[in-house]
Amino acid sequence: MTDTEHIQLAHGGGGQLTAELIADVILPALGGGQQAGRLTDAAVLSADGAGRLAFTTDSYVVQPLEFPGGDIGKLAVCGTINDLAVVGARPAGLSVGLIIEEGLEIETLRRMLESAGRAAAEADVPIVTGDTKVVQRGALDSLMINTAGVGMVLAGADLGFDRIEEGDRIVLSGPLGEHGLAVMGRRKGLTFAGDLKSDCAAIHELAAALVEELGPALHFMRDPTRGGLAAVLAEFSSGAGRDLAIDEAAIPVRPSALAAAEILGLDLLTVANEGKLVAVVSDQAGDEAVAILSRYAIAKRAADIGQFCEQSDDPWPQMLTAVGGRRVIQMPYGEDLPRIC
Amino acid sequence: MDRATRQYCDEISKWCARLTREDRCVQIMEVCGTHTMSIARNGLRALLPAGLRLTSGPGCPVCVTDQAYIDCAVQLAGRSPGAPIIATYGDMVRVPGRSGSLAEARAQGARVEIVYSADQAVDVAEANPNDEVVFLAIGFETTAPGAALAVLRARDEKVANFSILTAHKQLLPAMLALLGQDDVRIDGFLCPGHVSVILGWGAYEEIAEQYSRPCVVAGFDPGQILAGTAAIVRQLAEDMPRACSVYPSVSREGNERAKRLLDEVFEAEDAAWRGLGLIPASGLKLRDEFAAFDASGRFDLPAGESGDLPGCRCGDVICGRIGPGDCPLFATKCTFRSPVGPCMVSSEGACAAAYKYGRDRESGDR
Repeated sequence: MTDTEHIQLAHGGGGQLTAELIADVILPALGGGQQAGRLTDAAVLSADGAGRLAFTTDSYVVQPLEFPGGDIGKLAVCGTINDLAVVGARPAGLSVGLIIEEGLEIETLRRMLESAGRAAAEADVPIVTGDTKVVQRGALDSLMINTAGVGMVLAGADLGFDRIEEGDRIVLSGPLGEHGLAVMGRRKGLTFAGDLKSDCAAIHELAAALVEELGPALHFMRDPTRGGLAAVLAEFSSGAGRDLAIDEAAIPVRPSALAAAEILGLDLLTVANEGKLVAVVSDQAGDEAVAILSRYAIAKRAADIGQFCEQSDDPWPQMLTAVGGRRVIQMPYGEDLPRIC
Repeated sequence: MDRATRQYCDEISKWCARLTREDRCVQIMEVCGTHTMSIARNGLRALLPAGLRLTSGPGCPVCVTDQAYIDCAVQLAGRSPGAPIIATYGDMVRVPGRSGSLAEARAQGARVEIVYSADQAVDVAEANPNDEVVFLAIGFETTAPGAALAVLRARDEKVANFSILTAHKQLLPAMLALLGQDDVRIDGFLCPGHVSVILGWGAYEEIAEQYSRPCVVAGFDPGQILAGTAAIVRQLAEDMPRACSVYPSVSREGNERAKRLLDEVFEAEDAAWRGLGLIPASGLKLRDEFAAFDASGRFDLPAGESGDLPGCRCGDVICGRIGPGDCPLFATKCTFRSPVGPCMVSSEGACAAAYKYGRDRESGDR
């Protein structure tokens, strides 16, 4: 019944379909050095005598180019910084590759690039190289940006699925879903999304503080982008080979985001974020991790939301719901589709 | 658990214990996909006493839509440059048809636009004056007034390239049809909040009185669903079935303006439902004066084939004859990744709810 011959939008949604495309098509063809299902946000390479080098790349194709709280320029810089940050690296430099559609207003391009420049300056991560291509009108929708980044992994960072233990706490840096809902709201002119802003921000300072202050008590980090917290939890659970349990009442949520998600029939857990961090820390370090994160303006509402349980051959992430019920958390499929009524 | 939740749960247990019927079992059907999802997402079944079962009915607009309509929409989407733009609610995009889904058609070149309202579909038509735009008008009395407004707007603004392919349905005939089946036990209905805003809770009085089934309208948060459930169990225990609402937004009369609007634009017609077959006067078709906006008159549409795709038991799930886990395809051949029927695809489908939130961990595939 399912078309396996053509790429669908959902193949880019960050869910099951994306994972299958990577495992079945991309990694085999490229001789992927990393194991499918255990891919991290950035590769860590050993640089002889100079420590460990982190390397990552990401492409940005958001429409509209500008949305409440950000734009494609800021997103392209923050997103790649964040991918380096969550492997425990301090970002050292970024590349910016532009693919521009014939006919784009130069003023628009300038605005996006100035925003990217500002985000890089604020994060104190220089943009050090780049590339520009222009394609025929219609070959893409206005502008795509690819950024790659390198950084040095901080000396004290020892992160990996294999470090996750029973009782480990799961700490989230702030409220969920604002980026996805703000973009969707702007894209379709939904007025109820009025005060919702994308959380688009660089989280490398937060990540570095956790690495430096928690040391070996920090076991793993992720940024919950496409696929949202649900995708991250599903990866945690299968990567660590353990059940995990989340307390819904502990998850920070903004009422406007919750309302918008309910109207659209979306689960906030599966909506994209662009300035959040999920950290796994030892069972004693939950409160300290929350205290460290709370020092930063973008993580004022950091919270300890759950813990890892025993090992399992068939691990599941589960949730204790706010009203006291129980349910599983499923890896999202792909494209988030708003519902009917 | 907060105090209100505890209170509702205690109340439900109390009235369940006082049931006079021999088996002390109650099966309540929710006829609203949003209830289905909320029950699963909040894990409410874990809070209910043994013997009280919540089962999903024909409340998911995508799920009840006949297979022939789905196939017709996918065919219409076409892959050639002259084919119309299909404007649709997001839920329809991945529903499998005999020749693939709209998502697959889109990957092969069909133009499929996701809209959030029928009105936005008229916007799409205005933005693409050289193309035909067909809106897939499905859903119950909740979405039908929006489609009616869109048709009126298209008429008034002379948007000649806009039309709708209608499969709108009316809820009450389906509830009556369900009660006519002897293989499904329904002790009471948890009635939908959205539909009832339009219909009013008074619409269920016939069912409550003639069939002795409690009909309680509830909203969508866990407290509302538990409050509605408590009211149903109490009515059963006291043997006083009636129609009522615990949802403050719903009046007895409903929304007269929306009902007039429906009557102005649509008229009742016999309609095919997945799982329930043809139900007399259960659908809504455009009145003759709006025939110009009827896609079925504008395009040469293939006569589709009703009934589930081979092996799929969505029809039985929708009617409460089986639960999602009773379908042999559930979570094995039929998953989010490769859904076989609409109940797994729709964000309000019973199988999607069970797969996403409620699956038994022993059931294997993910």
